Amino acid sequence: MTAIPHLPALRLGREYASLDRIPVIHHRTGEAVAEVSSINAGIVRKDLKRTGAARAALKRFTVEQLIEICARAGEQFLNGTLRLGDGGQTQSAPQYVETLSSTSGLPWVMIRRNMEKIHYALTHMREVLNGLTRGLDTRILDAAYGEQFGTRISLYPTTQALGLVMPSNSPAVNSLWLPAIALRTPVVIKPGREEPWTPYRLIQAFVAAGCPPEAFGFYPTDHEGAGEILRGCGRALIFGDQKTTAQYANNPAVQVHGPGFSKILIGDDTIEDWPAHLDLMVSSIAENGGRSCINASAIVVPKYAAEIAEALAERLGPIEPMRPEDPGARLSGFANPKMAEYIDAAIEQDLQVPGAVDVTARHRAGPRKVVFEGGTYLRPTIVRCDSFAHPLANREFLCPYASVVQCAQSEMLSQIGPSLVVTAITRDPAFTEALLDSPLIERLNLGPVPTMKISWDQPHEGNMFEFLYRRRSIERAWGAECP
Amino acid sequence: MWMENVMGKLMQTIDSSPEAAREQLDRQVREIIAWHFSPESGSTFWLDWARRAGWDPREAIRGFDDLIARFPHFQDEWLRDLQPEVWVPAAFRGKPFNVFETGGTTGMPKQRIGWDDYKVDYEEFSGKIADEHFPRGGAWLMVGPTGPRRLRLAIEHLANFRGSSCYFIDLDPRWVKKVLADKKFEVARAYMDHVVDQATTILKHRKVTGLFTTPKLLEALAEEVELYDAGVRGVFCGGTTMAPQYVRYIVEEVLEGRIGFYPTYGNTLMGLAASVPLTPEDNFSITYYAPQPRAVLRVVQPHATDKLVDYDAWGRVELTTLTKEFFMPRFLERDEAIRRRPRAPYAWDGVAEVRPFGAMEKQIVEGVY
Repeated sequence: MTAIPHLPALRLGREYASLDRIPVIHHRTGEAVAEVSSINAGIVRKDLKRTGAARAALKRFTVEQLIEICARAGEQFLNGTLRLGDGGQTQSAPQYVETLSSTSGLPWVMIRRNMEKIHYALTHMREVLNGLTRGLDTRILDAAYGEQFGTRISLYPTTQALGLVMPSNSPAVNSLWLPAIALRTPVVIKPGREEPWTPYRLIQAFVAAGCPPEAFGFYPTDHEGAGEILRGCGRALIFGDQKTTAQYANNPAVQVHGPGFSKILIGDDTIEDWPAHLDLMVSSIAENGGRSCINASAIVVPKYAAEIAEALAERLGPIEPMRPEDPGARLSGFANPKMAEYIDAAIEQDLQVPGAVDVTARHRAGPRKVVFEGGTYLRPTIVRCDSFAHPLANREFLCPYASVVQCAQSEMLSQIGPSLVVTAITRDPAFTEALLDSPLIERLNLGPVPTMKISWDQPHEGNMFEFLYRRRSIERAWGAECP
Repeated sequence: MWMENVMGKLMQTIDSSPEAAREQLDRQVREIIAWHFSPESGSTFWLDWARRAGWDPREAIRGFDDLIARFPHFQDEWLRDLQPEVWVPAAFRGKPFNVFETGGTTGMPKQRIGWDDYKVDYEEFSGKIADEHFPRGGAWLMVGPTGPRRLRLAIEHLANFRGSSCYFIDLDPRWVKKVLADKKFEVARAYMDHVVDQATTILKHRKVTGLFTTPKLLEALAEEVELYDAGVRGVFCGGTTMAPQYVRYIVEEVLEGRIGFYPTYGNTLMGLAASVPLTPEDNFSITYYAPQPRAVLRVVQPHATDKLVDYDAWGRVELTTLTKEFFMPRFLERDEAIRRRPRAPYAWDGVAEVRPFGAMEKQIVEGVY
């Protein structure tokens, strides 16, 4: 029998095997699939003092060269056989899919889709940067100074490294940090407990593509260590639930990625045509196992809430768990069955509050929480709510879940609350103007666009370029060629 | 090299045969029982206890096994609820004593009285640290709980015994525990910064060669001061859990392999258990050995505390203190540890990887100290 792989910490270019090792567990069998070295907060603090050297290693490359490296890394990530741990093992792309599926519960088909998203982002980095920088000439980033758009531009980095406290829910969230490398900023990553695979494979892909290993920190660590990453990097991203993210809400150095509360709004002018948008609603709710913050978690309509909820329930209710390798699999298993129990209990408890009904209950013929071949799953849930006052109206869970809320169009924007993505199906110019004016909406899709659609030429979930660089005013009495 | 020197010195002074050690322990048990249960030398507490128990330990106890079989676990509430005078052996009456405290975050602390025990313990410990790391005459700095603790006098005595003086920076663990219990983490952090600032000032303005502190404070201090460049050559540490990876981090990254590291396990009730110098085979797992025969550490089964756990298994730490100043049979510590075999220069069991009892079941906040 071969030993299970051990993923060491990566200390800005140096592998470090800790004496503390955390098993990564198969979500169905409970067996350890790998071990990950866990390191203490002191090591994080110590290494954060060296991020200047890590950045210097990346600065040996121009942004253009790094864009090329990203493209090669994208190919390596999608197709390559890459180093896996410090035991001489390797991992092919199919092995990555299978392993990640075994510990996260995601079906293969979803992981492949996530891989493609990451691959696209890496192989289209120029397009991504163009969207983030609004067409800035990358040579200005190389030189920190230049002229474009008829003006002098000087930019300075806000940090020597980008800190990341990653979640385990879905591999594609890693695409958020990819532009940092092209923007010559090292990354210091704390991987999610069940998902060390994607950040580790991405790092190996970058290194195989010619990126300096010093640019990558991979620090499986505890709560204290995560806190050090968030405090110690000048800029950091945290993913988590509302409780976790609330404590960083007012910290401009920390970009918070909590629940998305993404929604689909249908206007008075298009509501009679709602059946035409049913597919869009279904895919926005259930794609990627309903695990993303860009999955719709509320459908907001001026009328026909009961009919729409019924139609969605008819489509989503019967969905059952399938084997992970089945191309038709649409539900993701839970790496931690307790999480499924908690979600199931939370929904049931709030259904006791009058004004909401689980419309899917009749269509799924059985409980929401099911065990299938040793894995724990939550089947889709559509809850019709009388108003936004109901506790289930504006909620997000790690499964296909959405409320259908009836609300007058004139009331919608005062009711929806902060929403990462809003797909507004309307042609009404006044409503469109109000939507464009709303500060609550991070990404706005006008017309029938699925909430899950990502446009890489647009800033997504915060603008990484603006997070990592600031523009200063500059005057030069001497020419740029002068020392 | 220094490890060999220390070991060599110890080997000369301690008889390494388990039988001899056992014989010495049994002798100590008889002597201490005779002392504490004789009206002319014993304390009010133990004489009353024997009267109520209805048996005479001087006759029934012939050795350590008898002590384990006959005595129940010592209740530490006695140290909190009774006046300290009840513990004064008749032979010491009229001789002023030190009062040392433990606990006390809320309510009355536990108090142990003493005269010279701490000096005996720390003079013996002095033989276990190398001159290379604690040069004789070089100044010490203690950064940690001083106040009513035995440790404060003990460290100063140890320094003095080696011809050195000692600077002190206090850390009040009762305050830290209180703010942590109230989840005021920022206050705890600010307090730690305050402590570290003071220590940094001393290290910058005075020549210090030896340091006593807790692991967390050591870590914080090393982030402010290059300890080796500041002149520190040895660190003597105690206070909280040190799992192997943490020890490795301290040795390799905080002390950078250049400063001698002496982890110890101890408290006001026991004294000081030194650790055996680490070898590569230990993989940074630290084993402590009680200062037998004055104190005995056993690792017992949590639900059958009369039974030891097997070697290399986890169990609860039980402490017996056997000196003329203080007799404390079978006190169950709030710690768990791995039972280890005797290892030269010690001919009795050791306790390894000590951590708070129940650490496996629940997360325990040990705070900043």
